Amino acid sequence: MNLESKIPEGPLAEKWSRHKFGLKLVNPANKRKYDVIVVGTGLAGASAAASLAELGYNVKAFCFQDSPRRAHSIAAQGGINAAKNYQNDGDSIFRLFYDTVKGGDYRAREGNVYRLAEVSVNIIDQCVAQGVPFAREYGGLLANRSFGGAQVSRTFYARGQTGQQLLLGAYSALSRQIANGKVKMYPRTEMLDVVVQDGKARGIVTRNLVTGKIESHAAHAVLLCTGGYGNVFYLSTNAMGSNVTAAWRAHKKGAFFGNPCFTQIHPTCIPVKGDYQSKLTLMSESLRNDGRVWVPKTKEDAEKIRKGQLKATDLKEEDRDYFLERRYPAFGNLVPRDVASRNAKNMCDEGRGVASTGLAVYLDFADAIKRDGQKTIEAKYGNLFEMYEKIVDDNPYETPMMIYPAVHYTMGGLWVDYNLMTSIPGLYALGEANFSDHGANRLGASALMQGLADGYFVIPYTLGDYLATIGPADKVSVDNPAFKEAEANVKHTIDRFLNTKGTKPVDTYHKELGHIMWEYCGMSRTAEGLAKAKKMIQALKADFWQNVRVVGENEEMNQALENAGRVADFIELGELMVDDALAREESCGGHFREEYQTPDGEALRNDAEFAYVAAWEYKGENKPEVLHKEELVFENVKLTQRSYK
Amino acid sequence: MKVNLKVWRQRNGNAQGKLVDYQLDNVSPDMSFLEMIDVLNGELTMKGEEMIAFDHDCREGICGMCSMYINGRAHGPQTGATTCQLHMRSFSDGDTIVVEPWRARAFPVIKDLMVDRSAFDRVVQAGGYVSVNTGSARDANETLIPRPIADEAMDAAQCIGCGACVAACKNASAMLFVAAKVSHLAVLPQGQAEASLRAEKMVAQMDAEGFGACSFTGACSVECPKSISLDHIARLNREYLGSKVTSQAI
Ligand SMILES: Cc1cc2nc3c(=O)[nH]c(=O)nc-3n(C[C@H](O)[C@H](O)[C@H](O)COP(=O)(O)OP(=O)(O)OC[C@H]3O[C@@H](n4cnc5c(N)ncnc54)[C@H](O)[C@@H]3O)c2cc1C
Ligand code: SF4
Ligand code: FES
Repeated sequence: MNLESKIPEGPLAEKWSRHKFGLKLVNPANKRKYDVIVVGTGLAGASAAASLAELGYNVKAFCFQDSPRRAHSIAAQGGINAAKNYQNDGDSIFRLFYDTVKGGDYRAREGNVYRLAEVSVNIIDQCVAQGVPFAREYGGLLANRSFGGAQVSRTFYARGQTGQQLLLGAYSALSRQIANGKVKMYPRTEMLDVVVQDGKARGIVTRNLVTGKIESHAAHAVLLCTGGYGNVFYLSTNAMGSNVTAAWRAHKKGAFFGNPCFTQIHPTCIPVKGDYQSKLTLMSESLRNDGRVWVPKTKEDAEKIRKGQLKATDLKEEDRDYFLERRYPAFGNLVPRDVASRNAKNMCDEGRGVASTGLAVYLDFADAIKRDGQKTIEAKYGNLFEMYEKIVDDNPYETPMMIYPAVHYTMGGLWVDYNLMTSIPGLYALGEANFSDHGANRLGASALMQGLADGYFVIPYTLGDYLATIGPADKVSVDNPAFKEAEANVKHTIDRFLNTKGTKPVDTYHKELGHIMWEYCGMSRTAEGLAKAKKMIQALKADFWQNVRVVGENEEMNQALENAGRVADFIELGELMVDDALAREESCGGHFREEYQTPDGEALRNDAEFAYVAAWEYKGENKPEVLHKEELVFENVKLTQRSYK
Repeated sequence: MKVNLKVWRQRNGNAQGKLVDYQLDNVSPDMSFLEMIDVLNGELTMKGEEMIAFDHDCREGICGMCSMYINGRAHGPQTGATTCQLHMRSFSDGDTIVVEPWRARAFPVIKDLMVDRSAFDRVVQAGGYVSVNTGSARDANETLIPRPIADEAMDAAQCIGCGACVAACKNASAMLFVAAKVSHLAVLPQGQAEASLRAEKMVAQMDAEGFGACSFTGACSVECPKSISLDHIARLNREYLGSKVTSQAI
């Protein structure tokens, strides 16, 4: 199979306009003859479903929560980037493009990233028109902040709840189309398979989470907007229900999986406390604009702090190591996420970590409070400080916050071409569910941008081209054997979970998988560790299918059953991530192989051999997957070692 | 620490429910309330009993999914916080804790502690939006919105749609929820054109869903995890009265 990215010819800045012009259009009167399925109603899915319905297509949308308003996108705090250059500080579409390609450590497609930067400006206009209450200046103009190491202020925000406000905007547009009868919404419904017939995606099989009913839905095209798979690590900043099931089942039906090992570990999260812990809470990256990261200079002091014999505030200035400022004088505390995370880990590995676990570093606001006053700091971060205090029971205005890196985002996902189509014709992937625009590391405030770009401004054009090509008659009914077979498979898997009647709850397996992934496929990776992890995951998989315990029935609300399916898929994905990490014999972005580093411990890329997208093809149960390579071509940026010194 | 739990168990919407006693030893004060329930669910599974069903997702107070009525209070004893933000350190060793679902006619029980809040979605579908299609927006800075106005809109827009206001109200009224949405859009220039019509349609849908009348006791605002202010109800009333003068919808 030939991997065609379909990046249009021509100069970078003209690619998208030319491409749009070349795309086939569906005649307005014909749009109502097409049915489109949108799975997932986070930023990507809600914006796509609403926009497609506005154009006149018949949309069916699905989510597993009780309402589209609750998708994981709601939790995004910090903000959304756009190349508006409202601050006149030298921003431009090209600069946003350049920063994103560089930030991703040169493992993303130039064409996609440029388009993302280009439509970013329309997103802000659209959201404001919907009534999204972005932060404003006194004169009424939009306010911006710099975010995630960017040297220009291009981030738009709504207090610490940007994701919430953007999602509520998209949800309101979606609600309007539901009321218009153009979208039929199926909440509390989980997609469990994609139906492929005659080489095209024809629909999906779902389970109603309240009644257990298994149902088929047919359409001309299927869009997966099902979010990221960070929960493969068990503990992450993702919502509890975030999962890979939709993407993974599509993968098993022939959709290639792109760069599965590219995961983002966010540096500023509240550290792990105990075994019972179910999730990790992010402290927005914006805190690094004013907070200074440090650990004690000596192991002895760190030891005393861990034992509770010494407090952070007892340590004199000269006994502290502001390690990011020391190692990266130009960027200081604002280095990209992968760099900040790895450095925090190194400090803890050296024995200089704090908290009783030794797995934490300080994020200190004392200087900022002295400089700007507590009022100013409160105005900027009040809600985050409150959240911290609620969880940790410690006042961050008085003692420094403690933070530690945690799994946050997955750059990998279903492989898609420039039109966002997967390797299965008629099956698309949008938002965090695809692998597309962030390369090996995502910059802050760019996931919200990508989700909305895909949904509002890319898919409404590219989908039309496919639909116009196949024509309205090219649809298969749910009575087709392909649907019946998929339904039977789904039922079979459910029966297997319920009938195993083993001894261990699903969660036990999820936690175990998380430990393996975090230890061997987390912030730093080695060939030896990955090989070990592969064996451990295979053993875990065998154990799971023999000993898992799922109580209850299918024909009712059964959260254990839902979870069993998700964990089974995570286990298989975990193995692929390990394969991918092993095959990529270089370090880039969030993927750090200890064997490949510069003398001073920075990631060492190998552009000659690894400037490609790894697209994995499923070959069947327990068979090795096949790696396809999409070479990345750089015509507009020069590949250099990222330097933040 | 040890806690004695009395948890509402109900197989489905048609079944009878009852409070069932459970005891948990080894609870850490640093656990969140939901993590405590996770531990209990793990123990139940090992005994071959069904887990307690409850809604949750983000576990950081923003998705609005969690919804427990704890010791007679929506989201438990803390103010300005959701159930998932409650920690066991808010309780003492040996405490008895009663956990029930939201109780309201418009929120039927699905199972155990899980209720159906889709009525809220239908209220939003009735008019909780600005009628603008993708692609037809003008430059964002062409609409000037002074900071105090943007702040006021944001105060209202923070509502997470959890339904605690309904659960806390003796009439099971949804006024605070509806007012928050109406107010958010009514103060912004983008939302003003449809402000009265929106209020009228959303209130009509609220009534149709079977939510009770508002008697302005303020219980909702006290229990609201986002501390949405009663002022928004006053604004909703103004918009609604305005709509009655020039009624277009109904
Ligand atoms: C704590 C936190 C803070 C963040 N802050 C920022 C930020 O400040 N700026 C930024 O740019 N990015 C941020 N991000 C990242 C960003 O929020 C996400 O990448 C983005 O919101 C993902 O959107 P999405 O639409 O792709 O997926 P999601 O919002 O995850 O939506 C997934 C949807 O798919 C549905 N779904 C999933 N599986 C199925 C299935 N099998 N069947 C049916 N439905 C299914 C779900 O119900 C849901 O509707 C943050 C992430 C986290 C975790
Ligand atoms: S107004 Fe408050 S209590 Fe009511 S739904 Fe909104 S956030 Fe929840
Ligand atoms: S689980 Fe999201 S608000 Fe509690």
